[in-house]
Amino acid sequence: MLLLTCPICGLEADESSFEPGGQAHLVRPSAAQARETDASLLRDYLYMRENPRGLSFELWLCRHGCGKWFCVARDTVSQRVQATYRIGEAGPRHTLPPDKRQ
Amino acid sequence: MKRYSFLSLSRHALANHRGWGRAWRKAEPKPAYDVVIVGAGGHGLATAYYLAREHRVASVAVLEKGWLGGGNTGRNTTIVRSNYLRPESIALYELSRSLYETLSGELNFNVMFSPRGVLTLCLTEHELHVMRRHAHAASAAGVTAFMIGRDDIARKEPLLNMGAGARYPVLGALYQPRGGTARHDAVAWGYARAADALGVDIIQNCTVTGIRQADGRITGVETSRGEIAAGAVAVAAAGSTSEVMRMAGLDMPLQSVSLQALVSEPLKPMLDHVIMAGAVHGYISQSDRGELVIGGGADGYVNYSQRGSFAAIERTVAALVELIPAISRIRMMRHWGGVVDMTADRSPIIGPTPVEGLYVNCGWGTGGFKAIPGSGLVFADTIVEGRPHPLAAPFGLDRFLSGAVIDEHAAAAVAH
Repeated sequence: MLLLTCPICGLEADESSFEPGGQAHLVRPSAAQARETDASLLRDYLYMRENPRGLSFELWLCRHGCGKWFCVARDTVSQRVQATYRIGEAGPRHTLPPDKRQ
Repeated sequence: MKRYSFLSLSRHALANHRGWGRAWRKAEPKPAYDVVIVGAGGHGLATAYYLAREHRVASVAVLEKGWLGGGNTGRNTTIVRSNYLRPESIALYELSRSLYETLSGELNFNVMFSPRGVLTLCLTEHELHVMRRHAHAASAAGVTAFMIGRDDIARKEPLLNMGAGARYPVLGALYQPRGGTARHDAVAWGYARAADALGVDIIQNCTVTGIRQADGRITGVETSRGEIAAGAVAVAAAGSTSEVMRMAGLDMPLQSVSLQALVSEPLKPMLDHVIMAGAVHGYISQSDRGELVIGGGADGYVNYSQRGSFAAIERTVAALVELIPAISRIRMMRHWGGVVDMTADRSPIIGPTPVEGLYVNCGWGTGGFKAIPGSGLVFADTIVEGRPHPLAAPFGLDRFLSGAVIDEHAAAAVAH
């Protein structure tokens, strides 16, 4: 099972205490941007996803803890969680040493 | 291909069936093909078959990084049905279901299509309303699927917990009498054998590592077994689609997640239909070997490992034990996962791409097995004609731009 630690309240539990929320760091186009470009900007925001085989940055909800959303850096093949961090913080890039990276 | 018949089986039986030979060749990759299909799952193999059979395309190769049918085609829970909501979906799934009716004869391979009936249980008032809409949609499309009440359901499946104390009472069900199951491996093998007999090269252990283009047009693929030139490249790679399409510089609206399934020890016949319980995310049927085949909701986060988490299994089994108390002491024998590519509207993506000569067939998510024959047929037509087949047209990649999405969350049933 996926074990996660909420970076906000510190809850350390398996995935059944949390809820997945999809890709993190999505930038929603502003109303002005959406107006000035064609629909492809909004389309990309709504639908296009990295879907990586490897390091993934995603949102999770601390459902049985503080109820807040946070970010997780996780390998989608090994399921190894590299880090959990607050929304607004920059995602870690390869915080694992080279021999442990997937 | 040595045809199977009563006569040939009898003759070969006399030699203890040692004289059959290979069901398909161990083909070596040629330097060039008219069509290269990426992915030898059910959809890729069916596409190759229809390209060769219906369209007489001379040279087709199906490239598979693993072994044919080893992805989701070999990992699903074998259900065939067409009880979807939107007319566009019903048309495509019903085409496929009706092809399953005669597929064994068509392929000269027993795919064990068993139209035992599919019961989509309604465990809440909301589900009753939703499934009534599905019944009306089926009626409007000329598909036989209709609502039945508690008495009928209890008669059809006496082991269902229909009592007053049930956590989620069974209020009614949508019943598709000619839905059911088919043997998933047999579908892959049947299409592979028939396609191979028509000259299609099925090349396993061959990973596509790059897609070559020139002037916005496809020229071929790079693989672990060398470069292969192609007039057209058709990607049918399910969970690996995002990866493959990125080789052509294209982003996809997909999330590859784990969908799990498990089978029990073999039992005497106890369940006659496919039983689906969307509200509690569990579904179950009994195979011809007597094994209970169980599935539930997808795991919900991107996962390429083909293994899910125990939490999903626990939720699924808990729901089904409540629904069918008799299974509480049954031992589970085997458990596995696939990598299913989910779209935002739970409908597939079939058709051309912005790169000329590159076609994609993906996004079947949790419901691809039932669609194999229909999908292969319309995809082959699309590739040959260079434009979407009429049944595939609503499922183009461009619908995410136009907004004409086809929401089938309810029809995807348990695995939303």
